[in-house]
Amino acid sequence: MKELLEIRWHGRGGQGAKTAALLFADAALASGKYVQAFPEYGPERMGAPVTAFNRISSKPILLHSGVLNPDVVIVLDPTLMEGVDVTEGLPQDGAIIVNTNKTPADIRKELKVPGSMKVYSVDASLISKETIGREIPNTPMLGAFIKATGVLDFKEMIEDTRHKLEKKFKSKPEVIEGNLKAIERAYNEVKS
Amino acid sequence: MAKSNILARTGNEAMAEAMRQINPDVVAAYPITPATEIVQIFAGYVADGLVDTEFVPVESEHSAMSACIGASAAGGRAMTGTSSQGLALMAEMLYVASGLRLPIVLADVNRALSSPINIHCDHSDTMMVKEAGWIQIFSENAQEAYDNMVQAIKIAETAKVPVIVTTDGFIISHGMERIEILDDSVVKSFVGPYKPENYLLNFDKIITVGALDLPDYYFEHRRQAAEAMRTAGAIIMDVASGYQKISGRSYGLLEKYKLDDADCAIVAMGSTAGTAKVAIDNLRAKGLKVGLLKPRVFRPFPKSEISDALKNIKAIAVMDRSDSMNGQEGPVCLEVKAALYDKSLNKPVLDYIYGLGGREIRLDEIENIYNDLFEAIKGKSKDKITYLGVRE
Repeated sequence: MKELLEIRWHGRGGQGAKTAALLFADAALASGKYVQAFPEYGPERMGAPVTAFNRISSKPILLHSGVLNPDVVIVLDPTLMEGVDVTEGLPQDGAIIVNTNKTPADIRKELKVPGSMKVYSVDASLISKETIGREIPNTPMLGAFIKATGVLDFKEMIEDTRHKLEKKFKSKPEVIEGNLKAIERAYNEVKS
Repeated sequence: MAKSNILARTGNEAMAEAMRQINPDVVAAYPITPATEIVQIFAGYVADGLVDTEFVPVESEHSAMSACIGASAAGGRAMTGTSSQGLALMAEMLYVASGLRLPIVLADVNRALSSPINIHCDHSDTMMVKEAGWIQIFSENAQEAYDNMVQAIKIAETAKVPVIVTTDGFIISHGMERIEILDDSVVKSFVGPYKPENYLLNFDKIITVGALDLPDYYFEHRRQAAEAMRTAGAIIMDVASGYQKISGRSYGLLEKYKLDDADCAIVAMGSTAGTAKVAIDNLRAKGLKVGLLKPRVFRPFPKSEISDALKNIKAIAVMDRSDSMNGQEGPVCLEVKAALYDKSLNKPVLDYIYGLGGREIRLDEIENIYNDLFEAIKGKSKDKITYLGVRE
């Protein structure tokens, strides 16, 4: 892993891009990393394009400016790609992970990204509907992200998430199992 | 450090956590972006019975500070949180609190002032009340926000001077970071019980608070308040030294980063200081001797410490995240220049007004400031005021 890994999440207001960034920061923290998670605050409307960011490092993070050149971009809503330049600032060796039922090759063509960039796809919307019962792509995207980048130990992350969900949803064991299953399926089903 | 004490928290959550551990008698507050969460989370602690605090949901910030003044004068430990227009509306009562020497602690999330209306970070709000007789402590990150809040209550009660602790709006208030917190019992014993010398509910020693003070005594009382601010620096250092013992984290009136052998230095407060440290590391890797001076305490202004720290620097840039609209430099730059004048230090001091209304401040912009400073050493653009990144 790079000394400082920067991540940009693209979603729509209400889809949980900020929550995904916060969840990821929490998971990375549990594995002993230094973390930052912050959203970009524009007009807060349901459905409007929003971004959120993570920094993760094994050393304290002093930087408090915005993320301009993310190493990884995660797109929670594929319809965003029509109006938002999701690859903006992505370096030549960057990676992009898209929630879609299309193949990575289709996405690569659609976004016109060079061969040096890595493209991953996973149908996180379908996975969340089948496991959690609602369309919440942000949770499974965590699993896809970890598979694609290898920045966290998957088993460790699953155990930590289980522990946190158990605290939060004591009376709803089905929520816990659904979320864990969603992360696990996305981890296994993400394509490159 | 036990794993359970290492948390991922936003600046607002960190400040609310400190307030929970302090467990004040009264919190009176009115919501305002981006500070709302602090008192919202705290109200949750009250509802869940985690604190013994009387929470007063007032109808305005003026009332929030008024209620804190009443609670504090009565003998209670009082705290609040606000931002921007909220602090502006409190301004009248801020002067009352400091004049009455009431040790209230206020968490302010720095946000631009209207107009035009804007919810994002700059330091205009607390700069507006820099003459209000409140100690002002700036936080670079969520960790410092937590640490400063815990220290603030002890500083306020020892100095009998109210304290504002700030964070940068959204950048820190809503940014989640790794922080280390202390155990509840450690904070409890560090802040100790509040034992006011004189208070309204002490029926063995009846006092009057807020009496009319005419030309015969007003001046003496203001002089005492000024002296309390002047001597607060030593109290802040004492509290920091005690805090270092329980936390391992050391604080002073200011922080120096790679400053001692530097040719050029930036003076910056708040979250930008962190970004400047990264710029310094980048430039040092290229062999450039650059450093940072971060005033942590803006009130009382650490005048002699600042001029001492800058005495061997060849050129200085002050980054002001507000404009005094006074036809001259921003507030921090003016005071740094005054500090240097007193030590007869005549060197280029450039002022950079930046980040108003949340305008992004990038790493390369800070690196460019250092380039300007090396030019200034050669005699170019001395005493210049630059509006960084503005379109004009």
